[in-house]
Amino acid sequence: MKTVLNEQQIAITIKRLGHQILENHSDLENTVLIGIQPRGVYVSDQVVKEIQQLVPADKINYGKLDITFYRDDVRNNLHVPNQTSINFSIEGKNVVLIDDVLWTGRTIRAALDALLDFGRPAKVELCVLVDRRFSRQLPIQADYVGKSIDSIISQKVFVKWKAKDGIDEVVLQ
Amino acid sequence: MQLSVKHLLGIRELTPQDIQLILDTAKEFKEVLQRPIKKVPSLRDVTIVNLFFENSTRTRISFELAEKRLSADTINFTAGSSSVKKGESLLDTVNNILSMKVDMVVMRHSATGAPHFLAQHIPAAIINAGDGINEHPTQGLLDAFSMVEKFGTLEGLKVAIIGDIMHSRVAMSNMYLLKKMGAEVTLAGPPTLIPKYVQEAFDVRVEYNLKKALEWCDVANVLRIQLERQNQVLFSTLREYNLSYGINKNILDNLNKEIVVMHPGPINRGVELDSDVADSKQSIILQQVENGVAVRMAALYLLSGNKPVTS
Repeated sequence: MKTVLNEQQIAITIKRLGHQILENHSDLENTVLIGIQPRGVYVSDQVVKEIQQLVPADKINYGKLDITFYRDDVRNNLHVPNQTSINFSIEGKNVVLIDDVLWTGRTIRAALDALLDFGRPAKVELCVLVDRRFSRQLPIQADYVGKSIDSIISQKVFVKWKAKDGIDEVVLQ
Repeated sequence: MQLSVKHLLGIRELTPQDIQLILDTAKEFKEVLQRPIKKVPSLRDVTIVNLFFENSTRTRISFELAEKRLSADTINFTAGSSSVKKGESLLDTVNNILSMKVDMVVMRHSATGAPHFLAQHIPAAIINAGDGINEHPTQGLLDAFSMVEKFGTLEGLKVAIIGDIMHSRVAMSNMYLLKKMGAEVTLAGPPTLIPKYVQEAFDVRVEYNLKKALEWCDVANVLRIQLERQNQVLFSTLREYNLSYGINKNILDNLNKEIVVMHPGPINRGVELDSDVADSKQSIILQQVENGVAVRMAALYLLSGNKPVTS
């Protein structure tokens, strides 16, 4: 087991991701941040908090998206859905999807399908805390990457959060 | 997490965890139904047949919509215009349909136990949409969902089920479900319409005085007088039933609290419910219908995990 990011590194990385997103989206009115349920929400909560601290006066459009019903393996392995809350229109907006780990790309494929059912965004970007390079099964890449790691298929990446697992840590096993 | 059952034959066969899982899943489907595109691709490889051997408006449309919102393919079957009229048996009819690669069966039948019989003989997942005077599980679930939506929990909730308990499958499913989820239940109606021993069998209260039942409850689930199932005279006239057990605005206004009124439909206006109640703010009858689609989507979704027979 190898630690990829420790608590302090995660905090610094999230700070950077927040800055990078804000750098490209100075006009937050037309931007929508969406965390992918369930684990991506831990990342997006912190990124949104970071951005809010940088621009306290601006209102951030922040939603959560559950992709259970859109998974391509939905019938092989039944998943229990999580909450989706997108209480605003995404029509014509710049959407930033936020997840914890980008691996095969299948979750993001499902998220794109789910997202399009809410309207037609002007643009969709992807922000991930950890990018497992060279393991994609679909042509999907992230625009904002916390940390890129090289791993083999049999390895697993665990992202742990204080609120759920008692510690902020990313480990490779 | 998965359901402990392969078929949804009745609430009787479900555990409290199953019920909670269906209600939680339904909540997420209700959110899906508020989206601009009210459809998810989850069941696009599933074919479902709706077998209705008995008339239905709400339930059939609700199931069909639920299936379409899940992207399933659907076939509709009504006994009146089918080979059942030529004398084909239930099992033959269903087996013929299943041989055309159908994965799930939604069935309403006037014979109690018909879906239970089918479940022993066919591999497809079955959802009971009402069998005789036994159960109507999805109605029980959508009633529970509507109550949770209104009150937050079923635990300790006081529910009065009023009217034709004897012939009502909705009452059966409600009783099983509410007792399993920790609600308190009182049955109210004329003694001729409340079965003997129901008090002992379900651990519910029985009250013959409508006013007292309404004073006690938080929710009144009012049932339809099922004239088509009554082959003997159980009360003198509908007019008399209305005078003793019909709910009108006047009765509700004179209670010391505001209760919620539910009805599974179709309403006999002027018999069990007067129009000034059915269309009032206290009634959540149309919300029940709306929630029905989400609840049925949840049931179909959770049972589809049952591997398809066509492989």
